[in-house]
Amino acid sequence: MAHPSTYRPASGVAKWLDERLPVARVMHDQFMVYPTPRNLNYWWTFGGILTFMLVAQIVTGVVLAMHYIPAEDRAFDSVERIMRDVNWGWLLRYAHAVGASMFFLAVYVHTFRGLYYGSYKAPREVLWILGVLILLLMIATAFMGYSLPWGQMSFWAVTVITNLFSSLDAVIPGLGTTLVQWIWGGFSVGGPTLNRLYSLHYLFPFIIAGVVGLHIWALHVPGNNNPTGINVKSPAETVPFHPYYSIKDGFALVMFLLLFGALLFYAPNLLGHADNYIPANPLQTPPHIVPEWYFLPFYAILRAVPDKLLGVVTLLASIGVLFFVPWLDTSKVRSTSYRPIYKWFFWAFVVTCIALGYLGSQAPDGWYLFFGRVFTIYYFAFFLVVMPVLGKFERPRRLPGSITEAVLGHEASAAKPREREAVA
Amino acid sequence: MASHENSLDPIVLDDEDLSRRDVILIAAGGFTAIGTAAALWPLLDQMNPDASTLSLATTEVDISPIEVGQAITVMWRGKPIFIRHRTAQEIEQAKATPLDDLIDPLARNVNLPDDAPATDENRAVPEREPLLVMIGICTHLGCIPIGQAPGQYKGEYGGWFCPCHGSQYDTAGRVRIGPAPQNMYIPPYSFTSDTKIKIG
Repeated sequence: MAHPSTYRPASGVAKWLDERLPVARVMHDQFMVYPTPRNLNYWWTFGGILTFMLVAQIVTGVVLAMHYIPAEDRAFDSVERIMRDVNWGWLLRYAHAVGASMFFLAVYVHTFRGLYYGSYKAPREVLWILGVLILLLMIATAFMGYSLPWGQMSFWAVTVITNLFSSLDAVIPGLGTTLVQWIWGGFSVGGPTLNRLYSLHYLFPFIIAGVVGLHIWALHVPGNNNPTGINVKSPAETVPFHPYYSIKDGFALVMFLLLFGALLFYAPNLLGHADNYIPANPLQTPPHIVPEWYFLPFYAILRAVPDKLLGVVTLLASIGVLFFVPWLDTSKVRSTSYRPIYKWFFWAFVVTCIALGYLGSQAPDGWYLFFGRVFTIYYFAFFLVVMPVLGKFERPRRLPGSITEAVLGHEASAAKPREREAVA
Repeated sequence: MASHENSLDPIVLDDEDLSRRDVILIAAGGFTAIGTAAALWPLLDQMNPDASTLSLATTEVDISPIEVGQAITVMWRGKPIFIRHRTAQEIEQAKATPLDDLIDPLARNVNLPDDAPATDENRAVPEREPLLVMIGICTHLGCIPIGQAPGQYKGEYGGWFCPCHGSQYDTAGRVRIGPAPQNMYIPPYSFTSDTKIKIG
């Protein structure tokens, strides 16, 4: 939130630096005294958790890259060597693989938080769009990282996903094939493909880090949304970020790391697929191929459409539609807490995403396919019908007059300002 | 420890239970520091030689095919090991050199005490003096000296010559002309039979 700088250099050196590169001033103003709404709940701690996970993935990834060999005939063995011989290699690789799952878990919670509390609405549209961009980059990075162990699931995931582009043959004959060969660097998935996936897998996290910087910048211009969705009306409705939210975020992070640790140390392969411990074999596809859990809803959407090109278009649209959410939602009220009808549609949407995740893991026929289609239709209807239409007709609950009133009740909030003045 | 002067919040201003807060803060900070250090160790230790590298720590060499005057180079832990079957003249030359003429007076032989003088006896194994086994790495900046192959320049002292910065070694592998500061190192090795040595 725009606020006058309160930084005072504590020494001559600090003053000298401040006049040349005010790094300490920015840190102080944006991460220490930064005014944050006093009513943020634990759903707001996932931004900090995600920052931690990004750093954790980059650090473990850089370290794994010191031992990994991106060559067709050596990649699988180099990963096994990491698991067996490299000091702490098992820990570092499992931390990176389970870390990817935890990263997605956190980013989905973070996204649903934004959807529930209307954090995408004016003046936070750019903040939201940057978030969707980060999600897209994460999806690309995770997909490329999954290819690197060069096991059966890696190989066939790359084959299937890169073949999505061949659907463009339906638009211009030959375009899709040309594009896919360009991506592969050959006539099939092979060594050149692995090399470029590795190169880009190393690059993308740093692009993500850059966009995260912009995301935080775009957050700090309008300031945090809050569970009421009402604008902050006075400085008294905020608290300094440190120590109030640094501690709250820290506590939430510790809880999150307990779950991370439980998976990492007791069930590191729970979310993976055993087939990926079989070296890649271009002559045999595993009988049951599914993506990692965090892609399952999108996979279900892809398979719900019986046409190749339209399936791919629908898949891309399922994420692309998120970019337009700030303008699709016509309601003036941000927080779903004050939208009695929309609330039902929102939770139905959450259930839909979970159901699509389950259906994505099942063979696409019979009732599974039928329900896959039903939920796919609702997925899009939520954005394209419910959001624009309901906002115009729904009568929201009465909004509290201020954050203080929402937290302390009407009488207390009337008494509070005077009390505050007396103390000050 | 919370900053009372700049805080906008009345709860902090009113707080009289400061020592309790300090204890919590120090405890939390302490645990964070310990946890960070514990998490940091695997990230650093992963760069140390791993189990498969350590398992390559010994090399056995058959020395019977090496004729008098010949030298071979073998690999041990990724390093070149010079093994030269010295002529009687070369041994005599090395033995005749006064220790005062040496740049480095120490034997640099890990099989002997650290302070063993750099006599020819201490550079080789008694009774097996013709055989000189040493790590063929110049002690200046790690280049590999020439002088192993027949016809290669062996320097003024008939041993080895480092092409990088011109250090010269004698027939016992002792540095005679700088800039190298030390004699070439003798690796840990032992004779497992009359014709075999085990390095490492």
